[in-house]
Amino acid sequence: MLTLDRAAKRFPNGYLALDDISLGIGEGEIVGIVGASGCGKSTLLRLLAGLERPSAGAAAYGGAPLAGPRDEIGVVFQEPRLMPWLSVEANVAFGLRHLPAAERNARAGETLERVGLSHFAKSLPRELSGGMAQRAAIARALAARPKVLLLDEPFSALDAFTRLALQEHLLELWSYDRPTFVLVTHDIDEALALADRIVLMRGHPGRVHREFAVDLPRPRSRTSPRFLAWKEEVLRELHVTAAAGRTAIAAPLLRAAL
Amino acid sequence: MPSAPSIVRLPGAGAPRMAPRALPRLSFPAGLLLPLIAAAAWEFAAARDWLPSNLLPAPSAIANTLAVLARSGELGEHLVATTLRVAAGFAFGVAAATLLGALCGAVPLARRLLDPSIQGLKSVPSLAWVPLFILWFGIFETSKIILIAVGAFFPVYLALAAGIPGVDRKLVEVARVYRYSTAALVRRVLLPAVLPTYLIGLRSGLALGWMFVVAAELMGASQGLGYLLVDGQQTGKPAIVIASIVLFAVLGKATDLPLARAAARALRWQDGFKQHAS
Repeated sequence: MLTLDRAAKRFPNGYLALDDISLGIGEGEIVGIVGASGCGKSTLLRLLAGLERPSAGAAAYGGAPLAGPRDEIGVVFQEPRLMPWLSVEANVAFGLRHLPAAERNARAGETLERVGLSHFAKSLPRELSGGMAQRAAIARALAARPKVLLLDEPFSALDAFTRLALQEHLLELWSYDRPTFVLVTHDIDEALALADRIVLMRGHPGRVHREFAVDLPRPRSRTSPRFLAWKEEVLRELHVTAAAGRTAIAAPLLRAAL
Repeated sequence: MPSAPSIVRLPGAGAPRMAPRALPRLSFPAGLLLPLIAAAAWEFAAARDWLPSNLLPAPSAIANTLAVLARSGELGEHLVATTLRVAAGFAFGVAAATLLGALCGAVPLARRLLDPSIQGLKSVPSLAWVPLFILWFGIFETSKIILIAVGAFFPVYLALAAGIPGVDRKLVEVARVYRYSTAALVRRVLLPAVLPTYLIGLRSGLALGWMFVVAAELMGASQGLGYLLVDGQQTGKPAIVIASIVLFAVLGKATDLPLARAAARALRWQDGFKQHAS
């Protein structure tokens, strides 16, 4: 339903962040996009969100070219990005401005309940912990009932316990009505625990290096032999990528030295 | 699906940081301590003839002068005249500054076209306008109100013109994701985000308004605290001059107070270091 077709992104300063990316996201799927930092994963997500336009190739939603952000596509950023002057409740209702007030409040309340923040509806963002703020941000995205939710390293700024809890929570939310999730992450465990499919990226310029269909049954144990075998496989691929990246950088240096 | 326990009870979710409860109240008594002690010492020194009473009359003499002026009804007229001028000038200045500041802040083309000229005008010493305004608008109310408006204009303009482009791009992007129109973006994101700077601009603008009213009234007026200053000087009555200065201080503080209070209330959401109205 959400596709990139030979998409590239060159920034005005000439930097080629993404090159020749073809990717299809299917309905109800959880896709993990994994790669080292700076490999263009976030740019990829911004293309899918309609926040950036590809400089070559095309981005499309449901077969129609993606000209900008759409109601069907929700985004959760790396930071919660809550409006500090609005209550948690009003922040969750931020994307519902087209609805009548009564429905807006009902929907915000219901979504807050779902992420377990009902008691903090009237609080201000500064009164929340980091994990709670990120849950509020997820609630804001979910309240608009997107078909696709794009998550850009949503848990990377959180401590390990909170991260684990929120990963489980995300799966729980997914099980309600199985929206499509695209999760950008550099955490392999996170990708393996959540995703049906992992897209491994390689940077400079960002390209899709490999795709894996993760056939682990749910719920997934992070310590089962199969999970660990998967982890090793992905890590091995990542090392190949990293080594390839190193040679790419090292080669000109070597040449210069000789 | 997953047998995960409800997330609410997980330890990692962390305890909320609670806001400090009520804001510290503006402590008037403590603030009054210094002026009261100074006045007492002054009175004491004056009573001992340590101070030349023809240049620096005692606080009691100044209070006496004020009482006489008040009884004759003259004081009320002066206060009203000055306050009305500041109010009118401040209102016009703020209105113009808000429009132009929002325009230059939100529209890059407008900023490129207008901002350099406005910044250039800002560096003209405001008193340099006085002769021109008198030539153009005469020596009566119009020129005074315009001068005060010019004074109040720049801090407010600057707060918006510099504040709006400084609004966190990341928050603006959230509004883009939810496809806010430009008007909705301004109302729901840009204005609230820029409110702290705007309120500071308003307070500086008001302070400058009080400053400029003196200049305006010095250039020729038959009423107002500025006139009282000149009158005191020309008739050789330092008590009147000092009384006017004290009144300016009181009026300035009294008009700033509601603004400061409103700011503290409107900005409850800020997570600042030791916040309270100042």
